[in-house]
Amino acid sequence: MMFHQSILNTDATGIAIEWDRLAPVLIVLGAAVVAVLVEAFVPRKARRPVQIILSILAVVASGLMTLMMALAPSDYISNTVAGVAVNLDPAALYIQLAVATSALLGLLVIADRTVQGEDAFTPQAASVPGSEYEDQARRAGLVQTDVYPLVLFATGGMMLFPVAGDLLTMFVALEVLSLPLYLLSGMARHRRLLSQEASLKYFLLGAFASAFFLFGSAWVFGATGSLNLYVIAGSMTELGMDPILLVGVILICVGLFFKVGAVPFHSWTPDVYQGAPTPITGFMAACTKIAAFGALLRVLYSVVPSLKVDLKPALWTVAILTMVLGTVVGVVQQDVKRMLAYSAIAHAGFILSGLVTFTTDGLTGSLFYLFTYGVATVGGFGVIALIREVDGEGHMRGEATALDQWRGLGRRSPVLAGAFSCFLLTFAGIPLTSGFVGKFAVFSAAFGDGAWALGLTGLACSAVAAFFYFRVIVVMFFSGEPAQPARGGLGIGVRTNGLTQVAITVALALTLVLGVVPGWFLDFTQSLSYFIMP
Amino acid sequence: MNGIDLTLLAAAEAPTGVSLMWLVVAIPLASAAILLLAGRAADAWGHILGVAASAAAFVVAAWAFFAMLGRAPAERSFNLGLFDWITGGDFNLQAGLRIDQLSISFVLLVTFVGTLIHIYSVAYMSHDPDRRRFFAYLNLFVAAMLLLVLGNSYLVLFVGWEGVGLASYLLIGFWNQRLDYAVAAKKAFVANRVGDVGMLIAMMVMFAHFHTLTFDGVFEQVQADTASTAVLTAIGLALLLAACGKSAQFPLQSWLGDAMAGPTPVSALIHAATMVTAGVYLVVRSGPIYIHTEGARLAVLIVGAITLLYGAIVGCAKDDMKKALAASTMSQIGYMMLAAGLGPVGAAFAIMHLLTHGFFKAGLFLGAGSVMHAMKDQVDMRRFGGLGTVMKLTWVTMMAGWLAILGIPPFSGFWSKDKIIEEAFVGTGWQPWVFGLVAMLGAGITAFYMSRLFFMVFHGQARWTDDQHPHEAPPLMTVPMAILAIGSVDLGGILCLIGFAKWLEPVTQAAGEAAEAEPVLAVPVITVATLVLVLAGAALAWVKFGAKTAQVPVLPPPANVLVKAAREDLFQDTANDVFLVRPGQAVVKGLTAVDGKVVDGAVRGIGCLVQTVGGGLSRWQTGFVRSYAASMLAGVILLAAIVLAVWL
Repeated sequence: MMFHQSILNTDATGIAIEWDRLAPVLIVLGAAVVAVLVEAFVPRKARRPVQIILSILAVVASGLMTLMMALAPSDYISNTVAGVAVNLDPAALYIQLAVATSALLGLLVIADRTVQGEDAFTPQAASVPGSEYEDQARRAGLVQTDVYPLVLFATGGMMLFPVAGDLLTMFVALEVLSLPLYLLSGMARHRRLLSQEASLKYFLLGAFASAFFLFGSAWVFGATGSLNLYVIAGSMTELGMDPILLVGVILICVGLFFKVGAVPFHSWTPDVYQGAPTPITGFMAACTKIAAFGALLRVLYSVVPSLKVDLKPALWTVAILTMVLGTVVGVVQQDVKRMLAYSAIAHAGFILSGLVTFTTDGLTGSLFYLFTYGVATVGGFGVIALIREVDGEGHMRGEATALDQWRGLGRRSPVLAGAFSCFLLTFAGIPLTSGFVGKFAVFSAAFGDGAWALGLTGLACSAVAAFFYFRVIVVMFFSGEPAQPARGGLGIGVRTNGLTQVAITVALALTLVLGVVPGWFLDFTQSLSYFIMP
Repeated sequence: MNGIDLTLLAAAEAPTGVSLMWLVVAIPLASAAILLLAGRAADAWGHILGVAASAAAFVVAAWAFFAMLGRAPAERSFNLGLFDWITGGDFNLQAGLRIDQLSISFVLLVTFVGTLIHIYSVAYMSHDPDRRRFFAYLNLFVAAMLLLVLGNSYLVLFVGWEGVGLASYLLIGFWNQRLDYAVAAKKAFVANRVGDVGMLIAMMVMFAHFHTLTFDGVFEQVQADTASTAVLTAIGLALLLAACGKSAQFPLQSWLGDAMAGPTPVSALIHAATMVTAGVYLVVRSGPIYIHTEGARLAVLIVGAITLLYGAIVGCAKDDMKKALAASTMSQIGYMMLAAGLGPVGAAFAIMHLLTHGFFKAGLFLGAGSVMHAMKDQVDMRRFGGLGTVMKLTWVTMMAGWLAILGIPPFSGFWSKDKIIEEAFVGTGWQPWVFGLVAMLGAGITAFYMSRLFFMVFHGQARWTDDQHPHEAPPLMTVPMAILAIGSVDLGGILCLIGFAKWLEPVTQAAGEAAEAEPVLAVPVITVATLVLVLAGAALAWVKFGAKTAQVPVLPPPANVLVKAAREDLFQDTANDVFLVRPGQAVVKGLTAVDGKVVDGAVRGIGCLVQTVGGGLSRWQTGFVRSYAASMLAGVILLAAIVLAVWL
């Protein structure tokens, strides 16, 4: 009975539900349910606009609720929301805000389509690539509007992930955010086989990783007798260094490392990032990473601080491996999306290096880094989504992602190329961009904690990574047209309804503002940089 | 003690004229900006705006001057705060102006002579398509020079210091389509940069020891003996290096002759009357430092003495009219430097000589410009002669300048230079004899080479090249020349009569009352001996170059080794080449090689390594889910092993 009590924490009167504190999660999930109904009952022609408006409104409302709470955290933080299933602490609020911001920008890119009416998704996901059925669906002008409920479900899972109060809620959130992403990855309009392959790989490996997470939860339950994070944290001090507990925690971390794309659990990243529809890549590269880091932060900072001495060597190993591999393999990539995938791996390593210091500075640095990285990532993939290849007759085809196709883009689409350069500069951590401030924050936290190996590796990797970011700038602006036409034709900016441009502009503005005057935002981040410790 | 008084005065209300002094910098600066930004659109009226800006600055300065005159001598010093410039940690610097007897003298000189030269340039540059740009640079120079003398801290001074360097560079290379002119501009800039390093070092040492860069703050602490003599000597020597660069003193003098590549009005204003005297200003302004450091003060004296002889000797051999005048400028600034090194009393005469020199040397240069104007830009004095009859006005104005620089009473140079020579004889031990005799000898040589110049140009037989039709310059040129000539005649006498040295005392004797001392020779003896030497020099020049019987060859005659050396500027360029340029180039070549081979090689090597490793590692990315899952499993085992290893 004791166990049941501690798992579910129910009593005779039932659970009190704090609707306001849960609103950010519930609004999005509720909207997702409504969106499913929209799919069923709204006439086909009206579906797309209704879905877009619904999902954008839901994310905006959720984000505003989060912002309201984040501005007055002391009024809202609580570790007993919905029983003990949800822990609303300041750092988690910040993560929710970052997820909502990036999700909103990501949604704009997802909702955009070219002036010819082509969006990034296949007209009929169920059709076999290259079949007659697919052809018919395209000619009929079908639109796959169930993208929007899927994105909303994923966003809802991401909003819940960082505030989960017990391992079970966390696992449910993990699955709620993952399953829609597996589907979304397989829905690309062009190169459908690559997309479906990515989807299947993501699903298989994701299931594998989830199993580790569950397995780890079981070990921890075995060691502590509870799934509740507070109870676990409390028994840590009593149990001390229990091998069962240690292995359990490491297995939980592995599940989360998979989601953030840390080495050696990263191998899905390049394939999935490349195969998924680019707007979805941007969405998941930003939001999944933020949410998964949110969960990782919760586990590391509020559950296991008493084990940090034992965990540090393993965490350091992962951080260093992630930075080095992401950077070194990124150098040899010839595809822009793959290159950004490796860059995402390297960034996960940079964030980890601040995070594993277990200091407030490290927490602030990681949070700030996550926010700015998410925004810039959506912007960067937004630009990639707009660069399409043009064949000999001038027909617009799929996305031009090979580096060769980007040659001389600075002349063909100067504004997009300029914006992309800014995102690359922030990824490289050049001063006056938010990326510099973020890198400075995490590395100074690492040095401040005496983690010289992490800090120095981070600096060296940043220097090497700058090479492949600058190479793209050089290719876009300083190299002539290739002697032999690139396979598939050169890339050029496509004309769309303009939603992507809005997202890119906002992302660019945030990137530059947080790079030039970061102080106020760092203060804001700092004010939310703590967990309610048990 | 005076330093404290001055800070108190800062709080006192400055009279209207003085509180508007920021305008004297702002007006020419704004004008320069307008002229540069408006571009060709301003070609039609650019020169008028340029002249008006300079004249307006003079009016404001004169207003401030009269406002100052209305106050007691001790209350004629003002600090005018402008804005908080640098605030960081415990270092706060307010950009401000310091208006006192010394700076107002400079401001009046710069704006008055500057305005005359602006007017002169309207005619002199009338055929140049880039006249507007010329005026923009001139205005920029005026603004920077005024900021230099008005700044209330070394840092503000340094802004002006760099500004005049830039303006000088731009104006020397104004006709940069000619390679040698562009090279001359670069040479001036580089030589100045060497001096600037001295300025920077001085400021850094000051900041390290005094935590302030304002004049008041630094001098107060120098008075209070917070720094050791060694530190003060270091500051003094570094400041002297800065002064040498800007004022073309030994050993950084080589750029001034080449700087004559600029248009003649530039030579008159920047490279004779004002900018090159900035070093003297710096040394006089830093008097409270030099008075506490015998070593640095002696260095100033030695530099001044060497340069005054150096310039005089070089001047004797130059056939290029402007270069002869440049050598003379160098020599005269050597006199000022010598005087500035002599202490508070000498400093007053240094500034007085600076003012009289500003007038007569500017007048001489403008006269030279008038001659060039008449002779199709020719400068070789061997091809002149007999011009006195054709260009009466130029002849008269240059004669005034010539007599002034010779120091013939009652022309203005006599009053200031004679005082310097007298003051050089003051002291004990070997110093008064060496410096006094050098100063006196210099006066004699000056008389020779200046008379040589004057006679070769205006007297003797005409040795013109074919197709020369000399004519008098237009009134826009001759009127400024005439006004400067009037100054050359009487400015010295007037300054002496009104007690200029006394007027400067609050500044020059800020560090305390200077004791009156008698020279080691009786004053009349010195004066008479100097005059005899001067007359002898002039007479020699007359016999060789002026008299009807004198034969001046049109080509430089073969000469002995000493004359050759003088013609080659005493091998200063060769010396620079051997001691500085070539070792410098060798170092640069070495560093380039190291950069190319070692640094680039290392970078390339790392690049290759990363590429190779990356290529190898990317093979791990097989595309097979089974191998991905295997690597994940391996990762889990690895992490579990690490954790358990730590636990064990």
